Amino acid sequence: MEYINAKFVSQKISKTRWRPISSTSLQQPEVFATGSWDNEDNKVSIWSVAEQGMQDDYEGDPQLLCEYKHDGDVMDLQFLDQERIVTASSTGSVTIFRHYQNSQTLSVNQRWERAHYHSCDNAPCTGVVCNSPEIVTVGEDGRINLLRVDHKGIVRTIDNADSSTIHAVTFLRTTEILTVNSIGHLKMWDFRQQGNEPSQILSLTGDRVPLHCVDRHPNQQHIVATGGQDGMLCIWDVRQGNMPYSLMEAHSAENSSKGRLETTNMLPSQTMSVNSLDVLGQCLVCGTDGEAIYVTKQVPM
Amino acid sequence: MEEVDVEPAITVIPGVDSGQRHMGFVWGPGDILLYETQRKGTGSGEAGCPLIHVVRKDEDIYSPILRKLFNESHHIFVGLQQSKEETSSKTKRPQFVSVSKNYRSVIRACMEELQQVAVSTRDTALSTQYCSQVSILLAVELIWNLCEVLFIEAAPAGSLLLHLLDWVRLHKADVDEKAQEVLHSDSPTRHHKYWDVVICYVLQGRMDEARQMLAKQASQQPAARSMFKTLDSLMKKMPVFNPVGSQTLTEFDLKWRHWHEECELHLQDGSFSSNSNLETICKSSMDLFLDNRSAPEPLDSILLAAFEFDIHQVIKDCRLLYTHPSVKPTELHYYAQLWLQSERVPPLGICVRTVCTPQLAVDYFDHCPEFGRMYLELQIERVPLDTERKALKVLRICEQRQLAEQVRSICKIMAKKAVRNNRLGSALSWSIRAKDAAFATLISDRFLQDYCARGTFSDLDLIDNLGPAMLLSDRLTFLGKYREFHKLYGEKRFAEAAKLLLSLMTARIAPRSFWMTLLTDALPLLEQKQVIFSADQTYELMHCLEELMSGKTEPSEKRNVQEEDIETTKVELLRLALARNLAAAVVKEGTVDSL
Repeated sequence: MEYINAKFVSQKISKTRWRPISSTSLQQPEVFATGSWDNEDNKVSIWSVAEQGMQDDYEGDPQLLCEYKHDGDVMDLQFLDQERIVTASSTGSVTIFRHYQNSQTLSVNQRWERAHYHSCDNAPCTGVVCNSPEIVTVGEDGRINLLRVDHKGIVRTIDNADSSTIHAVTFLRTTEILTVNSIGHLKMWDFRQQGNEPSQILSLTGDRVPLHCVDRHPNQQHIVATGGQDGMLCIWDVRQGNMPYSLMEAHSAENSSKGRLETTNMLPSQTMSVNSLDVLGQCLVCGTDGEAIYVTKQVPM
Repeated sequence: MEEVDVEPAITVIPGVDSGQRHMGFVWGPGDILLYETQRKGTGSGEAGCPLIHVVRKDEDIYSPILRKLFNESHHIFVGLQQSKEETSSKTKRPQFVSVSKNYRSVIRACMEELQQVAVSTRDTALSTQYCSQVSILLAVELIWNLCEVLFIEAAPAGSLLLHLLDWVRLHKADVDEKAQEVLHSDSPTRHHKYWDVVICYVLQGRMDEARQMLAKQASQQPAARSMFKTLDSLMKKMPVFNPVGSQTLTEFDLKWRHWHEECELHLQDGSFSSNSNLETICKSSMDLFLDNRSAPEPLDSILLAAFEFDIHQVIKDCRLLYTHPSVKPTELHYYAQLWLQSERVPPLGICVRTVCTPQLAVDYFDHCPEFGRMYLELQIERVPLDTERKALKVLRICEQRQLAEQVRSICKIMAKKAVRNNRLGSALSWSIRAKDAAFATLISDRFLQDYCARGTFSDLDLIDNLGPAMLLSDRLTFLGKYREFHKLYGEKRFAEAAKLLLSLMTARIAPRSFWMTLLTDALPLLEQKQVIFSADQTYELMHCLEELMSGKTEPSEKRNVQEEDIETTKVELLRLALARNLAAAVVKEGTVDSL
């Protein structure tokens, strides 16, 4: 395994995401966004790893293109499209940033303040997922929000969707989403249905292990994977039964995030917790609490 | 703990009369909270200053460039700890050397960046700050390099000398610049830096270049030719150790002593007495380091301590000298290095301020055998827990190190926060994680109260799926079982529901205060057409009712007449239903089924 370049960036990175490339293009992804957390001033930054020349081996450092101040920790970050990024904040707000590529600047396009809230305190928004123009957010208040771009208010809210914190959300189909929470439930919600009940609840028997992340198999829609606090990776088939059909021991902590179904240890073992990784094709970018970003363009598959 | 030899600086807090009153304080993650107070039994009782002061050292600790330095150093440190266990003792030394070089290159990279920013910034105050940071790092690297040569690489005597010479050359690189300046001037021998250059060359052991420079001087002073010739020949004769040569150490030592004596002789019989500069050169050749002209700088004392192989003193002096807080973490990496490879250094108590993040500090505390755990405990308690994610990370650190007290404390904080925001499910899951039975009981009571008030359960997804966690507290078990009863009833599995309901009371799982509710829940079961409760079960129910009633003989003043009426009606209804059920049950059980 080749050595992966580390770039130390003076901020703890909570999320990294590649900018999506169009399906027709054969290029490798060149631009990624990062969100920081646990700093006095948090930022959303855009980086470029454009190659010079025709080298196969990637050797350069990521270059910072632009950055923008972010209120609160960046809990989650997604690209809405080529130019817009949605972030979930620990203050409970959801923000859309626009990246102007000509001038290499970032600016705030739209914001929903207090999309998530508690009766007395702020509630962090823990996850966001988008399928333009719709955005779904979940938070520590157990709420699920459906937002639409350029629509000021919240289109639909499911209050008390969960009695505990919802950690992550992903789209199953255009009208269905999956959420995972801190008591080990995988819930399926159908937006076509009125009412505030999930259409299905799946969980492991035995100890309730909090689930931290969820993702869908890229090709098979009914296969879903979840990552648990104890490092277990569970593969579920949502069509049948409410038990996972496969369990894998992946990491020793809850700090893995999802992008693929095989896990291999690629970073030098002394790095601090990896908070986020994103894989697009063969390119991997991840960010850590050691305030470093690692990029590699040759992920063994 | 080490003692500090210097007086600490005094900071005056405005608004607090330190002459008359006392001050109380508490440490925070990066600051101190101060308040005015009065110890018991002293002073007057008049009110003092009601403010709380936050005291924080005013410096730019969070400079992004320094942060990179800390993070990279930390990365190297952790890697070193891990590899220390893996490698055998043979490969340790070269590995330590390469790690040390790594550290130094990180420091140099940081210096370069700071230098660039210092030059490019327009703010003069900021520029000065950067420059001072650069000079501190420069000194740190100098000391580190020397320590690397002396302690870590610790080559045998002959090679050590060569390494030391390398060190001197590396850190006095400006001599070449100066030499160029001197040579390019109109009259090199009269240049004010001329003698400096010559002496520098001598100190670095570059005798040939020194001789060349001297030759210029010699040609200008034909009268003193013999003096110059003597010095020149002395310098030519200086023994140089060749590690790959056939010369042994003992031979070299002998030669060196011989040469040293010759120099000494010349000094004593006044060969160079007419020219003080030449005399200095002769002395310098012998001593190779000490410069008695200027007063010893603090840096010099550190270097001297290093030469005397007194690591303890080196570290102590460093700490006192470099009180700039941004340098402290660098020292830590430094100490860490020294501990590990020269295990003769006893573990030092280190006072760590978390300059960057608690997470970096954690790794250092882990390797601090005496006080590390204590410091970690104190530090962990002061990390603000804004989001659940942060709390989980801190929790994980505590669980890995078996800091049970801190785990309980963190879970309790999160549970209380959840209760305040009416997120009972979240609160319960935190209590379960902490195995906090008392708090779980409290929350279960809240759930039950909610049920009584609204008639339905909230957070069913949690209660229905408690699993083995249900056994944490009696109240929680009751909650789970009670909900099970409702489920069974909803599924029309009446017999099982009835059995469960009864067992809740007879097994004393249900709190007495809830019995009335349970008995009321039994009513619909009693009034069904089919007989659900058997005769025995009915007797038991009656018994429970009587037990409940007998406990209520004292009328409570809070209840008004209406409530009393409702109570009485309920009890009468129950008695009637029970009696009827008993009758039906007896008949049913007494009947013989005839086909």
